[in-house]
Amino acid sequence: MSRTNLGTDAPNTWCPGCGNFSILNGIKTVLNELKDETCPLEDIVIVAGIGCHAKIADYVDVNSFYAIHGRTVPVAEGIKIARPGLKVICFAGDGDAYGEGLEHLIFAAKRNIDITMVIHNNRSYSLTAFQYSPTSPSGFKGRSTPQGSIEAPINPLELMLASRATFLGRGTSQGLPLLMRLFREAILHKGFALVDVLQVCVTFNNLYEYYAKRVYELQDHDAKNPMAALMKIREWDYNSDAQIALGVFYQKQEATFEERFKPSRVDEQERDHKIKQFLNDSL
Amino acid sequence: MEDFSVLTGGKAGFGIDQATLILGRLLNQSGYRIYVYRDYPSVIRGGHTFSIIRAAQTKIAAHRDKIDVLLALDRETIDLHQTRLKDGALVIYDSETVKDLVLPGRIETLDLPIGRMVKEEKGFEVMRNTCMIGAFAKAVGVTREVLERVVKENFPKEVDLNLKIALRGFDAAPAVKKIAPPPSEPLPLISGNQAVGLGLIKGGLQDYVAYPMTPTTPLLHFLAEQADHYSLKVIHPESEIGVILMAMGFAYAGEKAAVGTSGGGFCMMAESLSLSGMSEVPVVIVLGQRPGPSTGLPTYSAQTDLHFALNAGQGEFVRLVVAPGDLEEAYFWSAQALGLAWKYQVPAIILTDKNLNECIGNFELPQDGEMEVSAPSLWDGKGPYRRYANTETGVSPLAFVPRRDAVIKVNSYEHDESGITTEEGEMAAKMQDKRLRKGRYLLEELNRFPTVNRFGDDSRTTALLCWGSNKGVCVEAAQKLGLSVVQPVVLSPFPDDAFRRALAGVTKLIAVENNATGQLAHLIKAFGIDVDEMILKYDGRPFALDELETRVKETIG
Ligand SMILES: Cc1ncc(C[n+]2csc(CCOP(=O)(O)OP(=O)(O)O)c2C)c(N)n1
Ligand code: SF4
Repeated sequence: MSRTNLGTDAPNTWCPGCGNFSILNGIKTVLNELKDETCPLEDIVIVAGIGCHAKIADYVDVNSFYAIHGRTVPVAEGIKIARPGLKVICFAGDGDAYGEGLEHLIFAAKRNIDITMVIHNNRSYSLTAFQYSPTSPSGFKGRSTPQGSIEAPINPLELMLASRATFLGRGTSQGLPLLMRLFREAILHKGFALVDVLQVCVTFNNLYEYYAKRVYELQDHDAKNPMAALMKIREWDYNSDAQIALGVFYQKQEATFEERFKPSRVDEQERDHKIKQFLNDSL
Repeated sequence: MEDFSVLTGGKAGFGIDQATLILGRLLNQSGYRIYVYRDYPSVIRGGHTFSIIRAAQTKIAAHRDKIDVLLALDRETIDLHQTRLKDGALVIYDSETVKDLVLPGRIETLDLPIGRMVKEEKGFEVMRNTCMIGAFAKAVGVTREVLERVVKENFPKEVDLNLKIALRGFDAAPAVKKIAPPPSEPLPLISGNQAVGLGLIKGGLQDYVAYPMTPTTPLLHFLAEQADHYSLKVIHPESEIGVILMAMGFAYAGEKAAVGTSGGGFCMMAESLSLSGMSEVPVVIVLGQRPGPSTGLPTYSAQTDLHFALNAGQGEFVRLVVAPGDLEEAYFWSAQALGLAWKYQVPAIILTDKNLNECIGNFELPQDGEMEVSAPSLWDGKGPYRRYANTETGVSPLAFVPRRDAVIKVNSYEHDESGITTEEGEMAAKMQDKRLRKGRYLLEELNRFPTVNRFGDDSRTTALLCWGSNKGVCVEAAQKLGLSVVQPVVLSPFPDDAFRRALAGVTKLIAVENNATGQLAHLIKAFGIDVDEMILKYDGRPFALDELETRVKETIG
């Protein structure tokens, strides 16, 4: 089957100029490259939450599970544990993964299950027409906080580091080459990988200029060193004004959750036999 | 003694559960049929735990309130249960902990210095139970040989010491009663949770996912213990939301998965139940009821979530809800629920309660041939794959990742046949019809199963209407009182025709339910059938046989 453009006939309903397009184009390119190297397209499964970001499930012509708001992670875990040979990639929003479904993210990192998280972090709830999100800065005037949010944001990378994630990266929707490199490395990383994408929402929260002035790529950074990773992750807290580092902050090789399960199968006859045996031992 | 009940009780932490199982097995191996009711508070140490072990000549699934033998390791057990003692009942107690006991003359007592005997044998405090078991065996006439065998088979640790202490109790006790066991072969003695677990395994279970919650926690423990044996993946994730979605991830990848919970956890699963309805990714939920609202009485029993099980989740979608009434039905329907959920790609709920989940009783496997489990419809690999192909039955053939020749897209949004989101009205209506159509075919297939049971002589015009774990107690009470019993096992899609057939000749219908509002009575009202009377009990305790008999007599006058 030749599916090089990986498009579907679903009409695209993102706003023109939306940062989600970079993520879409980036992932298609990377999947096409991987297809020719190690990973055929049928081994890819996309899991999406609900939000603007999640529409990506309709736009890429690979296997997908378009799930519900905040719940990509457990679905992806089930798929990965059942079929460890697959590459399972979640596309989730900041409201979705860092808000509604945060518990799952922490536990997946703790398990170091080999799935990839791509977070479309536009730092607002966009599909519901603009409310503050877990990564919006304090004072953020969304429609549920017209006087300005009185909460400070979380730093998702710091939280993920503390939760034992084994691959942490950050990119932006403007920097496609870096973004593609991050996608590629995250997918190939064996273990729990998260790429926080500073995705510009042109309609509600256009931080294009803001990011352009502050981002820089990590250089001479030792991603194997957790203390160095923490320092770099803490440089910008998603709230105050600071330089914003991009690239791979942390990477570590560790045993993964799904590889602990034995792949053996018990056939029907053996199962029936064992049930009888159990009952005979229960007199 | 043809039909008698033994009560063993004490503080949580006394080892009452293990003593219960051993007492049950002693009588089982002596030829009796057994049913055990277990009553325990939601504490780990202290509180009062007890079990009633009933032994009878024929298979039973109900306990009696009145008891023949009381085993007491502390004073509280006697004080709390004295009113249950029948005339001529025997109380065996530890004279080291129970002093100055005065009981009415109609009660026989046997006091033994159990604590001292255990100490002399250098046993531990919990082994007082072992000594009591030995004394019980002798007092009622269980043979020394059966005692030795059962003790050896049932103590994973300190077998020799336990055996010594059991025999010390045996030798110290006089023979007081004489059991007259029928000459029958013992049958396996298992719990409701084990019956459900074995049924799921029989149905082809590959993965079990659960977050602990009484009364299905023991099911999680059982399957976790058995995981390697049956090659199951058993996982305990972060929450019930994670539980059900992980199971759906398994199902998307082609593995049969089930989850277990109680009402509170099921609340958290409701959104994903609806996702299962829309995405047509099957999931099986074991929903063990306990009294609510909210945390309620966590370790007690109720039948209060019937309408919740029937209606949970936004939107309209087909679901299978079955409420097995005893161990055999729990096994049978757990296997069938898995098969049917997959054949029709719908969520299935196995609705049980603490009384069924945690009872222990005799279990017989169905005869070969009775157990054919439905198989899913699989894609034949021809033409382009469409996950939601609109077929006559509404069932779209399944394919699982990874496949070279198919892109498999499932979706929580309304979608077209290939699984791409749509908001187009005509398509939305067409796909809703497709999904609902599956319900008709499911109902048709259910005709090959006993979806509604009728017990008792067909000529009886008064019937008890019950569901779930009340089956055993209703059938036995009805037999004594000359009544019929009607018990629907499938509650969704409701087998209206079979239900009407089962009601043939009934002119007076009495609902017996463990809830305060008569939930099954409400359900059948929607099908145009009214009950005449309701016997309801909602104190967390299931009906005891003698209690139900009295209430039925009061009701029919
Ligand atoms: C349980 C639940 N609550 C609320 C919603 C409504 N909802 C849809 S998308 C969304 C937030 C979207 O924000 P985000 O996840 O950041 O995605 P974005 O639209 O910004 O890409 C919400 C609250 C929902 N679908 N489900
Ligand atoms: S609202 Fe924002 S995030 Fe959503 S499509 Fe438009 S630009 Fe993109």
